[in-house]
Amino acid sequence: MLRSVFYRVLVVLFVLGISLWTLWPTFRYYSLTAEEKLNLSSEYVSNLKKRALNLGLDLQGGMYMVLEVDKSKLSQEEAKGAEERALEIIRNRIDQWGVSEPVIQKTEEGRIILQLPGVLERERAEELIGKTALLEFKLVADQKTLEQTIKNIDDVLQKTWKGDTTKTYLTDILVSFRGGIGISSSKVHIFKEIINLPEVQAVIPPGYEFLFGKAEDTPEGKIKPVYLVKKDPELTGATLKTARHTIYQGQDPAYAGKPIVEIHFDKKGATKFAFVTGANIGKQLAIVLDSVVQSAPVIEERIPTGDAIIRGNFTIDEAKELAIILRAGALPAPIKIVEERTVGATLGKDSIEKGMKAFVVGLIIVVMFMVIYYKLAGLIADLALILNAIFILAVMVALRATLTLPGIAGLILTVGMAVDANVLIFERIREELRAGKSPKSAVDAGFAKATITIFDANLTTLIAALVLLRFGVGPIKGFGTVLSIGILSNFFTAIFVSKIIFDYLVNVKRVEKLSI
Amino acid sequence: MELLRNPRINFIGNRKYMYFVSTALVLLSIIVLIVKGGPNYGVDFRGGLLLQIKTIPALKIEEVRSALSSKGYKAEVQTFGEAGMFILRFRSEEIKPEGILEVLKSAYPERDISILRTEMVGPSIGRKLTLQAITLILIGMILMLIYIWFRFDFKFGVSSMIALFHDTIIALGIYTLLGKEFSVPTVAAILTLIGYSINDSIVVADRVREKLRAFGKVIPRNKIEEIFNTGVNETLSRTIITSLTTLFPLVAILIFARGTTIFDFALILTIGVIVGTYSSIGVVASIVTDWYKASFKKEKA
Repeated sequence: MLRSVFYRVLVVLFVLGISLWTLWPTFRYYSLTAEEKLNLSSEYVSNLKKRALNLGLDLQGGMYMVLEVDKSKLSQEEAKGAEERALEIIRNRIDQWGVSEPVIQKTEEGRIILQLPGVLERERAEELIGKTALLEFKLVADQKTLEQTIKNIDDVLQKTWKGDTTKTYLTDILVSFRGGIGISSSKVHIFKEIINLPEVQAVIPPGYEFLFGKAEDTPEGKIKPVYLVKKDPELTGATLKTARHTIYQGQDPAYAGKPIVEIHFDKKGATKFAFVTGANIGKQLAIVLDSVVQSAPVIEERIPTGDAIIRGNFTIDEAKELAIILRAGALPAPIKIVEERTVGATLGKDSIEKGMKAFVVGLIIVVMFMVIYYKLAGLIADLALILNAIFILAVMVALRATLTLPGIAGLILTVGMAVDANVLIFERIREELRAGKSPKSAVDAGFAKATITIFDANLTTLIAALVLLRFGVGPIKGFGTVLSIGILSNFFTAIFVSKIIFDYLVNVKRVEKLSI
Repeated sequence: MELLRNPRINFIGNRKYMYFVSTALVLLSIIVLIVKGGPNYGVDFRGGLLLQIKTIPALKIEEVRSALSSKGYKAEVQTFGEAGMFILRFRSEEIKPEGILEVLKSAYPERDISILRTEMVGPSIGRKLTLQAITLILIGMILMLIYIWFRFDFKFGVSSMIALFHDTIIALGIYTLLGKEFSVPTVAAILTLIGYSINDSIVVADRVREKLRAFGKVIPRNKIEEIFNTGVNETLSRTIITSLTTLFPLVAILIFARGTTIFDFALILTIGVIVGTYSSIGVVASIVTDWYKASFKKEKA
């Protein structure tokens, strides 16, 4: 018997060890002060955050939006894939805004769910989402002009700052990237500050502007290509009729079998396109959606028909995405916000504090009550209860689940319900003892009889929790998550963990009287 | 320590009174719901705009109301949690929160007024959420009925369902009477309450079944009331302790988490736990007793 108790204790310690190990980053991350975060390397902090418990928008503050695409002005043919196009437009704009860790999803009903942690500028977000998509084709300045302009800007800066080396110059932040110039995503704001200086504006070639491309993941972090383009577009999305991705079937063996994008302009667009391509062979024509360069193919020849292909080293997915973006610009559909929930960061913090206070106070009262009412046995239930709380949080972290305010309520509720299983067992043991049984047989009979009841009773709550998890929305899902995990973990702690201690008491120590 | 040692309270013998109390409470709750025109649906279901604002130094509720109505805004204003905190509700989802903030700031320029939370729900989402809420509760109930039916018997299944309606209607009645808003979290609370109430009924049912089984196939007809009553009494101690340990944390929320969205949630659960504990005896055990008695009479006839 001693051996069985020993092995079971090992199992519990093993599970507890894994749980604490899982919870360590959470504990570390949320106990860091703002100052400590600055002193530690950003890589360490972001890695810590990735492994820490996710907080819902209602706790960390932010915006939750549900968007709907207004297809009323599109024909049935045009309406096809409208949501997909809207999704690309939104993704493009949010990316440009620089929100960290946005969540953008399409729902089954064709709506778009947008979660923006930390964003509280409601008006700005609405404006960003509400505006109509604008697709433009802009000529890119050649490499020589770009390099010369950057040199001119740094010369001007040298003059204004009088050679101050502590200041940042463009060449300090720019890197060479895919045959052109790029910049790390995190330094884009410095670039913008410099560009907006009046002295600098004066040396940018008239009629030109700087634009960024889409951020790409590289070993050195996210890099955005930088382009110098003509301000006035050569063509806009309004003249584009269709765009689709396909496989190259032309003569050039270098592109055989590779994904490409086919585009087709209307009559007016075709005339303009023929002129533009004819006059600018060898130059790049940037495809710009909402001021972000999506692609900048080189014009290889004059295209008179309005039918063109865009070749590049695309993967299928990249070609598909570019085609969607082109169509999005060709057939812009207004995007409406149909649901919007914003929680301020202070309210979120306040909610965590209040929720945690209620949790701790509730826990202490229940713990004390159990000890007073069931003495030593109560202490066993309390141990099970605390293990339960640790396990729930650890499983949440492991499943990458999100803790919401209703989730905290679920945690608090689980405290009360967790002891229920032990109460059922203890009451049974008491009855058996009263009936004159020895501690050992009372414990065995108590556990055996109570287990079925515990199973039945927990199962119905589990049904409710699972229904919430499956059909619930937003933060309520968080409640269902905590409740479901809580019930399962409760089962383990009440039946498995408590039993070990009782077995130890009646089988190993062979106590003659149970403190219950 | 023990609260009750071998309690012998004659619950089942007095079930007439419990039927009376239950019927009265259910009827009163229905009257409340009719008079108030149903639950106090929040923006989640009705659509519209909700703002939680904080004013420092605290404004009075009339001051907030008059500032809004002087500019022609029709809003429901409620205090929320602490002094100076308010919930404003507008029927139209097209009202801009910034506009409302501007109205209040210009009416009381010396106060520090800020928006802590906004919820805007368009009519299409409101309809979707309503449908979802009804489905949620129905699916939950049906699954539990199936489980109890399968695990116990039809009599317990149906009686537990009656208890569920009893608990939900009374909890909703009291909740509505207190002027609380019916929102998505309320639906979650009701579903949890259903789970809890069933949980209690199962523990009682389980014990009664154990007693009945001890008699084998021949259940002594004249003793049926006694068997049920013993079952209820034997589980009474557990029923009360569990309700208490569930109520402690809930009350902790009611005391420490005022001014958060889980306060209302805890409120409906608190009412639900109390009513649900009572109904496992007053409704489930009582109805099943009468059902058994009625089935015996039928057999005789």
